[in-house]
Amino acid sequence: MTQYETVIGIEVHVELKTNTKIFCNCTTEFGGEPNHHTCPVCLGLPGTLPVLNKKVVEYAVRAGLALNCQVAEFSKFDRKNYYYPDLPKNYQVSQFDLPIARQGYVEVEVEGQIKRIGIHHMHMEEDAGKLVHQGNIMTTPYSLVDYNRGGMPLIEIVSEPDMRSPEEARAYVEKLRAIIQYTGVSDCRMEEGSLRCDVNISVRPVGQQELGTKAEIKNLNSFRALQRAAAYEVERQISVLETGGRVIQETRTWDEAKGITVSMRSKEEAHDYRYFPDPDLVPVVLDNQWIEFIKDSLPELPDQRRSRYVEQYGLPEYDATILTLTKEMSDYFEEIIGHYDKPKVISNWMMGEMSRLLNVSGTDITACKIKPLQLAELVKLIDQGTISGKIAKTVFEEMFESGKDPAVIVKEKGLVQISDEGAIASVVDEMIAANPKSVEDFKAGKDKAIGFLVGQVMKATKGKANPDVVNKLLREKLQ
Amino acid sequence: MISKQDVDHVALLARLELTEEEKELYTQQLNKILNAAKALQEVDTDNIPPTAHVLPIQNVFREDRVGKSIDPEKALAIAPEREESFFKVPKIV
Ligand SMILES: [Zn+2]
Repeated sequence: MTQYETVIGIEVHVELKTNTKIFCNCTTEFGGEPNHHTCPVCLGLPGTLPVLNKKVVEYAVRAGLALNCQVAEFSKFDRKNYYYPDLPKNYQVSQFDLPIARQGYVEVEVEGQIKRIGIHHMHMEEDAGKLVHQGNIMTTPYSLVDYNRGGMPLIEIVSEPDMRSPEEARAYVEKLRAIIQYTGVSDCRMEEGSLRCDVNISVRPVGQQELGTKAEIKNLNSFRALQRAAAYEVERQISVLETGGRVIQETRTWDEAKGITVSMRSKEEAHDYRYFPDPDLVPVVLDNQWIEFIKDSLPELPDQRRSRYVEQYGLPEYDATILTLTKEMSDYFEEIIGHYDKPKVISNWMMGEMSRLLNVSGTDITACKIKPLQLAELVKLIDQGTISGKIAKTVFEEMFESGKDPAVIVKEKGLVQISDEGAIASVVDEMIAANPKSVEDFKAGKDKAIGFLVGQVMKATKGKANPDVVNKLLREKLQ
Repeated sequence: MISKQDVDHVALLARLELTEEEKELYTQQLNKILNAAKALQEVDTDNIPPTAHVLPIQNVFREDRVGKSIDPEKALAIAPEREESFFKVPKIV
């Protein structure tokens, strides 16, 4: 049977977090009434003149530098011509042959291997408006257009076809997202559309130089969707080839509910964009001083932060990688460390209970009710011996639910750990009397038997006994 | 040489509906324009970067400060159809 190789390239659109649109003074604020954030420029009315937002250039350069790109000293805007109602001018202002940045890369880690994924180029462009349909686009009787999003500033990052598996594709976008988030130029929220990706996939027999025919997958609004869609598409293309068929170059959309990609019936002439330089916009010429200034203002990026976690906090590589994957998670972690300097213990809480509960509730750290200071206090309560580690998990769950302070929960529920030897001793005596078999085993040299007895005491005290004290008392009494 | 098929294609891209006579006429006219442009191609442009803009101006920027948007009623008033504060358009697949 023929072995196939997967080839993936990805285009990522990122919405920049400026106050105003790319070519006019309209606000970029999310969620206004339809068409209330518009003006003659972003509505494409005749006789208007677009003027470039300086912040957009600064942000684009910042992102380009963070992605190890060469920033262009000379760059210009072009018109990309096509007819679609989300585009009031019938062209989109974009950059064609002289983009703001080129030839970058990011490093991703998949199955313990570090791999460099090339970035072909990055350019600036304006976003299109939003179409609203009744039901879906096939069944709707007409469409409604909201141009609030039209003219919002975007950067598009085009990778080289360097990825060889759906896992690599996901790792690439995750890394890209983290880097751009750290630079502060975008929130990169996939669910809200401030980060969108189109994935180009083809397969070819192993050893073949020439690329296979590719399909482009759209409508991927989570990392999971991206990985699943890519995996599905690879299988689909291989089965087309295996049954003697031919892969068609087309755009496909991901159907999350059915778990399949579906052809979007593309039009032949759709790709004839007739780019030409936009005469309304003048070239952007960046001097080295400005580029250097932006370079110097770059904040710590994920890879640097990961290394620092290993060196400064003594965390394992694995912890450092997971904690720095998103800026929110990493900032949250650092805030706790600021309150209580116990990196490894706090990392365990974040990667264990916190991740588990966030997963179960389907939210992320930004929506978490537990404040960094509260988690620091919880760990302090354990270290001071006020509560046991086991009880702490119960307290944590309650904090996650209600957002209450750990000390309040401990007090309300009477969860304070019992460390008083006198109070524990009587329970220990009871358990020794009730479990003669384990006592015998222990005395016969089976050290493990004591674990069972400790467990019985803990159970009898509803987890409140200090396990160290229990252990100590048992050993003394069974001498 | 521009063929009638080229004119058909360009007309479709520009969403222009042309009669047969217009297509013939434009094919001739466009060829004349291209012939005139050929004269320019005689010029030796080796080692000359393509022109990005006809005026010697660069770096015209705006500060990132929010200004007033227009009254959406004014914008919607010029639309053939509307629904609430949306522009209403035929569906395009
Ligand atoms: Zn505007």
